[in-house]
Formats: sequence, structure tokens, C-alpha cells
Amino acid sequence: MSALGHLGTGSVASATPSDQPVAGGRRRRWVPYVLLLPGILWLLLFFAIPCLELLATSLYDPSGSLETGYAMTWHFANYSDAVREYAGHFGRSIGYAALTTLITLLIGYPLAYAIALKGGRWKNLMLVGVIAPFFTSFLIRTLAWKVILSDDGPVVSTLNALHVPLPDGRLLATGPAVIAGLVYNFLPFMVLPLYASLEKLDPRLLEAAGDLYARPVSRFFRVALPLSMPGVVAGTLLTFIPAAGDYINAQLLGTTRQYMIGNVIESKFLKVGDYPGAAALSFALMAAILVLVLVYVRRAGTEEVL
Amino acid sequence: MAHRLWRWVADHWVLVIGLLVLAYLFVPIGVVAAMSFRESGHNAPYTLQNYHFTLRNWAHPFGAGGIQDAFLLSIGIAALSTVGATILGTLMSFALARHTFRGRSATNALIFLPMATPEIVMGSSLLALFVAAGVPLGFWTIVIAHIMFCLSFVVVTVKARLAGLDPRLQEAAMDLYADERQTFLRVTLPLVMPGIVAAALLSFSLSFDDFIVTNFNSGSLVTFPMYIWGAAQRGIPPQINVIGTAMFAISFLLVLAGQLRSLRRRSA
Repeated sequence: MSALGHLGTGSVASATPSDQPVAGGRRRRWVPYVLLLPGILWLLLFFAIPCLELLATSLYDPSGSLETGYAMTWHFANYSDAVREYAGHFGRSIGYAALTTLITLLIGYPLAYAIALKGGRWKNLMLVGVIAPFFTSFLIRTLAWKVILSDDGPVVSTLNALHVPLPDGRLLATGPAVIAGLVYNFLPFMVLPLYASLEKLDPRLLEAAGDLYARPVSRFFRVALPLSMPGVVAGTLLTFIPAAGDYINAQLLGTTRQYMIGNVIESKFLKVGDYPGAAALSFALMAAILVLVLVYVRRAGTEEVL
Repeated sequence: MAHRLWRWVADHWVLVIGLLVLAYLFVPIGVVAAMSFRESGHNAPYTLQNYHFTLRNWAHPFGAGGIQDAFLLSIGIAALSTVGATILGTLMSFALARHTFRGRSATNALIFLPMATPEIVMGSSLLALFVAAGVPLGFWTIVIAHIMFCLSFVVVTVKARLAGLDPRLQEAAMDLYADERQTFLRVTLPLVMPGIVAAALLSFSLSFDDFIVTNFNSGSLVTFPMYIWGAAQRGIPPQINVIGTAMFAISFLLVLAGQLRSLRRRSA
């Protein structure tokens, strides 16, 4: 089950160590290109070109339709219209995703730390536990949250018994319910990269800090946390990006008042049929995510944490 | 007794919090399992109130209309996508891990980007392409899309395994007069296999569970996640929970058995 570890090292942080090719004597020059060709063609044809196609679609004349065809008019107003009309949805997407990322980091870090440094021989078994929820469909699990958070469900009755005031006296169909669903669905995406970087942490460094009279709190903030920053960055991105584009949780656990930008894009594409508007929204979302991610990576990369 | 328990909790509070978070991950699974044994008439409200235990749902796991077709369709799509993505991705990771060539960083970017793109953008852009090119939506458009988004995960997984290999093992094989082909088949490939298997498993579950991209490119076909989505709007048949519980139980037991075996082997 060493395979499990790879899931965590995936994506963002992994590029660095494996970038050094293994020296393997003289080889035929064309070999790597032949190996790469089918995969690259696939990604170009079915990822890169569609994205460019979508970019073009976002500048079409919005008065066209699928039947009559669209005219390319470099209609940049599609963007300003989209952002103006759906500013609230954009704000909710970014806000919900940011809160989700923060909460998954706060509860995911202790779990990753416990597995990596306190797990002992149960380490792999705990890792299986993190991945196990994936064994059922995420839609089924989200529907289960609908049961748990419902008005006559266990959470609401417990909160009522503790006299915790709830907005409108309920949880389901509120913002907190949507965020709870997002947190649950994306927690493993936070825990696995955190685990991957904490696992590489040499416990002797923590012991050394202790020997040098560092108290547990400063041992954590000045040794463990800085050394696990690659995992924090990777986990944050793996959580924030899909959460910002998600519309499942808002639809199943919220109401139209909690709808995120994904809900708007989905309905414009599949129900309304406003392709230029939907494409403009998709790219505005991509741009917003890209800017936030770049700012975040730069800050996390250069500035010391605390 | 209680005193000693508190001492243990105080000494291991990180572990305790970790275990609590782990338990939280399993809460909805418990609800799904409970709902699979709930007696429910047609269009019964989806709650745990008025719970009556029954085994009837488990006796007829495919008893709800259309659920079997959707399930088998998803299995078929996931199998094909897994084979496609694993082959293409493994070839790519060998090129990236073992060769130097021009355009390496552009290739890495092309592989990384799909993982950093929200699913809704990938799904909608593919739909725009298929519509523009006049490709009819259906089985093959879903498989094309699934291979596309699984590919990057395969490359990352297999590449990580390749990077962790000790190059001296292959040098040793060559020193012992194995030719390039024998070295690859008898040394390199077996060593990389766990990575390839992990990548295939990951692809299968990504494909089987995908809703967003599929929803855009499926035409009139209904995959298992789309069946659940439709049911969530109309009324959820208990069979969905039966299949969900069974899927969880079977994969969990398989992984657990593997874990316990390796645990015992290590301690022996």
C-alpha cells in the first residue's frame, strides 16, 4: 500500500524532486517524443483547444443561439455584463471556498500530523481511513449530509437542546450547510498533501528543538509548520480551486440564495443555452482563481509564516 | 480508571484530535449504511425519522428502475477510461522521468493545468468543442473526457514512483549482462508496477465518481452519478444507498485485508 503515499504527493508539490531525469547512458533522441506524443495530443485536442474554443465563445455576439449560430464580434461586454450581473455569486464562490480551505486546514492539519508522526504501525491504516470515504460516490455522501443537517436531524436537535441560536432555526438550506458539505468533500484533498510533506519531516528535528529548550508551541510554529509549508500550499490549492468551481453542494445543501458561480455557469450552459455568457463566466472564474493562486503562492513562498 | 484515561488523552491530544477528525469522515458513511436498511415506500421522505429496519432493499439492490443500466454504464466507462489514461500517462511519465528533451517545462505545464482547472470549466469547454465540431454526445464523448482528466493524475502518480527508484538496481542488472529489454521487463517494470496500479485505481475511482464533466458531455446517457443526481431531485430510492454501502464495504475490506497482511509480514 505504499501506493497510497503517492496520492498525497500528487499535483502541485510533486514536480520538483522528480524533475531530474535519471542518467541512463546514451539514448536515441526521438524516444521521449514518441512516448509523449499520444498523451500530449490527447491533452491538446481535448483540453487546450477546447479551452481556447471556450475563450473564443466568450467573445461571441450574445444575441445568437445554437440554432442560428454565433457571430464572432469580440464582444468584451460579455465579461463586464457577467461580472456585474453575478457579482454576488462570484463573491460567494470565493468566500465559501476561502472559508472551506481555512476550516479544512485547521482540522486537516492535526489529522495529517497524527498520521505522519504519531501513527506508528497504524500509519497506513489511518491513511486508508482518509481515503475510504472515496469508496462511495461523493453524491451519495452529500445526500447523507442532507439527512444529518435536516430540520429533524441530529445536529439541529443537539444545537436546539444546547440553546445555540440558528438563523431561521435551521441548518439545511443555509450558507453554513453548504460550507459544511464543501469542507467534508474536500478534506482528503487537504490531508493527503499535508501528510506527504509531514511524513518527510525528520522527528529528530523536533527533538533537537526540544533539547534546545523550545516549548511545544514554538517547536510547532518554528520547526514543524515551516517545514510542512509545501504541503500546506499544495493542500490549499487542491481544496480552494475545486471548491470555488463547485455547484453540487450549493444545489443539494443550499437554496438559490446560496448558489455559487458554478450553478450559474451550469444553468446557462445546460438550461438557458446562453453559451457566450456562460463561457465569459467560466473564464472570469478561471482568471479570479489564477490571480488569487499566484498572489497566494508568491506570499507563501517568500514570506516566513509567523 | 477515568484518571488514567485523562492522562492518556492529555499526553496524546494530537492523536485524539486526529482520530476525531477521522471519525468525522465516516459519519456520512454510517448514515448511508443506515438508510440502506430503512423501510421506505415510494417517495418516502429522505430522513432517519420513523426508522424501520428491513433487508428488502439488500435483496433487490437493482430494484429501482434504470439503476442497473446506469451502474453498468459507469463501470464500462470507468474501465475504458482507466485503460486509456493509464497507458498514455505511463508512457508520458517514463519520458519525463528518464529522458532529457526540449519542451519539458511546456509539457509539465500542459499536464499540470487540467488539475488546476475547475471541473466545470473543463466540462463546458469540451461541450463547446463537441458542439462546434458536430460530434454527437454520448458514450465516446464521456470516455474522451474521462481519459483527459485522469491522464494528469496518472502521470503524477507514476512519475513519483519512477523518481523514487534506485537507479543502481538497473545498473546492477546491466552489469549482470541483462540487455535493455530484459532490464526493463524484469527490473524496471516490476518496480514501477505499484505506481501504475495505484494510478489505475485512482483513474477508475475518478471516472466512476465523476459528475460535473460527465453532465456536460453525456447527451442523453445516464451514468450512475447522474442517476443519483436525478434521483436527488425526484426522490431517492433506497437501492442507491445499498449500492453505495456495498461499494464502500467491498473496497474497504479488500484494502484492509491487504493492509493487515503487510502489517503481519512486517512484524514476522
